[in-house]
Amino acid sequence: MSSWPILSLVTFLPLVGAFFCLVVDGPKEAVDRNCRSAALITSLATFLVSLVLWVRFDATKAGFQFEEKFDWVPALGIGYHMGIDGISLFFVLLSTLLTPICILASWESIKVRVKEYMIAFLVLETFMVGMFCALDLALFYIFFEGVLIPMFLIIGVWGGKRRVYAAFKFFLYTLLGSVLMLLAIIAIYWQVGTTDLPTTMEKLNLPFTWQCWLWLAFFASFAVKVPMWPVHTWLPDAHVEAPTAGSVILAGVLLKMGGYGFLRFSIPLLPEASQYFAPLVFGLSIVAIVYTSLVALVQEDMKKLIAYSSIAHMGFVTIGAFVMNMQSVQGSIFQMLSHGIVSAALFLCVGVVYDRMHTREIAAYGGLVHRMPRYAFTFMFFTLASVGLPGLSGFVGEFLVLVGTFKANTWVAFLATTGIILGAAYALWLYRKVIFGELTKDSLKGILDMNRREIAVFLPLVLITLWMGIYPSSFLDPMAPAVDKLIGDYHAALKLARTAALAP
Amino acid sequence: MIVGLESWALARPEIFLAAATLLLLIYGVVRGETATPFVSVATSVVLLATAVLLFAPYREGTAFASLFIVDRLTTTMKALVLIGAAVAVLMSRAYFEQAKAWRFEYPLLVALATLGMMLMISANDLMALYVGLELQSLALYVIAAFQRDNLRSTEAGVKYFVLGSVASGMLLFGASLIYGFCGGTAFVQISRALLDGKAAEFGVIVGLVFVVAGLAFKVSAVPFHMWTPDVYEGAPTPVTALFAVAPKIAAISLMVSVLMGPFKPLFLQWQQIIVVASVLSMALGAFAALRQQNIKRLMAYSSIGNVGYVLLGLASGSEKGIQAIVFYLAIYLVMTLGVFATILMMKRRGVMVENVSDLAGLAKSQPMMAFAMLLFMFSLAGIPPLAGFWGKLYIFIAAVEARLFIPAVLGVLASVVASYYYLRIVKVMYFDEESETLDRTPFGVNRAVALIAAVLVTVFSLAPQPLSLIAAAAAKGLFP
Repeated sequence: MSSWPILSLVTFLPLVGAFFCLVVDGPKEAVDRNCRSAALITSLATFLVSLVLWVRFDATKAGFQFEEKFDWVPALGIGYHMGIDGISLFFVLLSTLLTPICILASWESIKVRVKEYMIAFLVLETFMVGMFCALDLALFYIFFEGVLIPMFLIIGVWGGKRRVYAAFKFFLYTLLGSVLMLLAIIAIYWQVGTTDLPTTMEKLNLPFTWQCWLWLAFFASFAVKVPMWPVHTWLPDAHVEAPTAGSVILAGVLLKMGGYGFLRFSIPLLPEASQYFAPLVFGLSIVAIVYTSLVALVQEDMKKLIAYSSIAHMGFVTIGAFVMNMQSVQGSIFQMLSHGIVSAALFLCVGVVYDRMHTREIAAYGGLVHRMPRYAFTFMFFTLASVGLPGLSGFVGEFLVLVGTFKANTWVAFLATTGIILGAAYALWLYRKVIFGELTKDSLKGILDMNRREIAVFLPLVLITLWMGIYPSSFLDPMAPAVDKLIGDYHAALKLARTAALAP
Repeated sequence: MIVGLESWALARPEIFLAAATLLLLIYGVVRGETATPFVSVATSVVLLATAVLLFAPYREGTAFASLFIVDRLTTTMKALVLIGAAVAVLMSRAYFEQAKAWRFEYPLLVALATLGMMLMISANDLMALYVGLELQSLALYVIAAFQRDNLRSTEAGVKYFVLGSVASGMLLFGASLIYGFCGGTAFVQISRALLDGKAAEFGVIVGLVFVVAGLAFKVSAVPFHMWTPDVYEGAPTPVTALFAVAPKIAAISLMVSVLMGPFKPLFLQWQQIIVVASVLSMALGAFAALRQQNIKRLMAYSSIGNVGYVLLGLASGSEKGIQAIVFYLAIYLVMTLGVFATILMMKRRGVMVENVSDLAGLAKSQPMMAFAMLLFMFSLAGIPPLAGFWGKLYIFIAAVEARLFIPAVLGVLASVVASYYYLRIVKVMYFDEESETLDRTPFGVNRAVALIAAVLVTVFSLAPQPLSLIAAAAAKGLFP
């Protein structure tokens, strides 16, 4: 299609900005200003280039597009192979959209070491985009793990009081899961002789026991990232301690890496094991949905509450991914995208009041609607989107997942649905505590409403949430062929395995 | 026995190094202390020139009635050792000058030790092996105690000497048993005898165990690692830098050529020992370093852990495994030299400090130095995309292909534990507030070494292929 290496451009363009920040020198004020602008300009440019991907994307094709491929480390069978299909397209866009928003949101709240902060964010963007584009297992792993380095620094340097603890917990937890995935990747390389994803999808043919071991290794990594109960405990800590923009990227993109990993690797590469372990995934997801929703109900910290709600929402994603029919998988992907926007926006909402009051205690707020009408509207908009109000993005994803799941397993669907009720309960409770009521606290009496910069941060998110809720087809149609192929291949592989088992 | 010209030609680099060292020694003796600056620079040049001689022109074969062997593997290992030694000599000057212990004997001792290492690497006979090993060890014992008015340094020297002698004794004992049962000390003789059915003899196995134990001491693999932390901590820092690279690489090379050469027929026997030593080293290297405050001691445990990964490559016993070892060692050399160059720059009001906590706030006061250290630390932890990751990946590929699944799983888990203390250094540099800033180092050897190492780590991260080709060529030496 295109002779331009457009995916590499999207992936590595942020590094240009990072390099500029690295070399810029001068008085501190000027350096800070230049780095902020450079980071914003580069990330916006990256976003614009990534829009080209969407425009030129052929929505009728199921295969990978914009492919780039050359040998990188032939000695280890590793190639630099990039490409996207309908599943990864929107994750790339999500990453490139959220990065400039994060940079804009950190404009005033980050005052120390601005230069390093911007470098960390731009490097982070490179790793995130690269991860969604990578079509080589080893390359994917490199990007997947590389994310840890900038994120560790973002939490640790610019985080809250317990930032060191949170940064370490985040890093070690994720690393522990990932190294097992590395061994699984090595085992696949050993069997196939290459780590190229399309080739391995074709050639990989493992006995069932092996599939199970490898599936568990991948699961260890992705389940931590999603995060699934009971390996979710790093998330509340990381979210609470990270600076606002860090939480936004964590919730918006990093959690999606797990769900994306299931759809891209676990299911196509190890279909039999995926089917075998699907009940396990359902069980853990239901526990996640119900249990973390209940936990969210008793939180005193706003960010922690949203963090737990993230875990609950991601439960729908994992259920949808493993039910494996058209509605559920599309719903699962849509839910990830929607959650990427909505939870990111909710964290930004917390950031707005945190920048003013420097506390996230729910009890410290109340009656904000009297002083901050614009803020109250924005917060309500995203709360309702998170709850799943029809017409907003959250509804589409959850509804599709539940419809798909209902066809496959009524009880799973039933139990998952209770999560929606609980979700409404804690989200509205949070909203009432913070926004409504009498404005009694003295400290809040002088609080100011959102300024222009903050409106600029939220406006694109509001529009996208509406768009996704009112006309989801613009997102569902491009992903349909790829999802269809995923499901088709999956069932074909299962059928093949069954016939092989029946054969004498 | 007539030694043909061919033998001399093969040993050209070693002969050159020996002759040059002796000439410099005479020069030093004649000129006295004033010769020190010249001798130290000349030694580095000689070491690097020897490295060039290895390849210009490259020859291979056996020499001196098969006592001495040169192939791709030995040549590559020698090149790594020579680079490590040359850089270590360059880094020593400022340190010893400040300690008022800068004497011309120091660089010459390093050169002699390096000569011993080269002989070890090229040994093709148990006798040659022992001679090389002792030449190396004796010179190193003196170097460890070189700061002789310093209690810790002398203690390190004595400790190293006593424990090292025990290891040499074990090695000799094992060698004598093998000689007794196989009827010869040449590697070819041993190999032939083992293939002819001597492999089943119990005495041979006992001998093998003693030889492996002696070698394990030299590479500081668990359970023969006890000397390492004390010696690393006590020895003068540039000496520690030398210890962490050159003798380690030489001893690993020796271990590879002994076990993969004459003792290949006993693979299943020694594989068990190596697997256990490997897993224990990885685990101990990870857990014991968690609480270390002294950065040199921490690096000692880190090196034990790294040896564990190398041994995992050896335990796979395949060509891939040997490639992985060469690849890993090359990256390890660069990272370690970089770390020690940074440690040598840790000064406060002119005094060397060596606690992890002294690095607090370095990211603010000296951002470039902190950033280089950050690269080394993430690389040592094996976090992609940094060079250390490729080394570990190579090793684990070799291990999985050799069906060493459980050791591989334990290895990656140990690497997670180990990443904690590498991260801790990053944390101290980036997250903690500084108490009192470290001195800014003027541009000099250490900064240059740190810079070059950081650049090389970056290059290897992005383009590991050339290095893997070198490793592949080197491994051909054992698998012609």
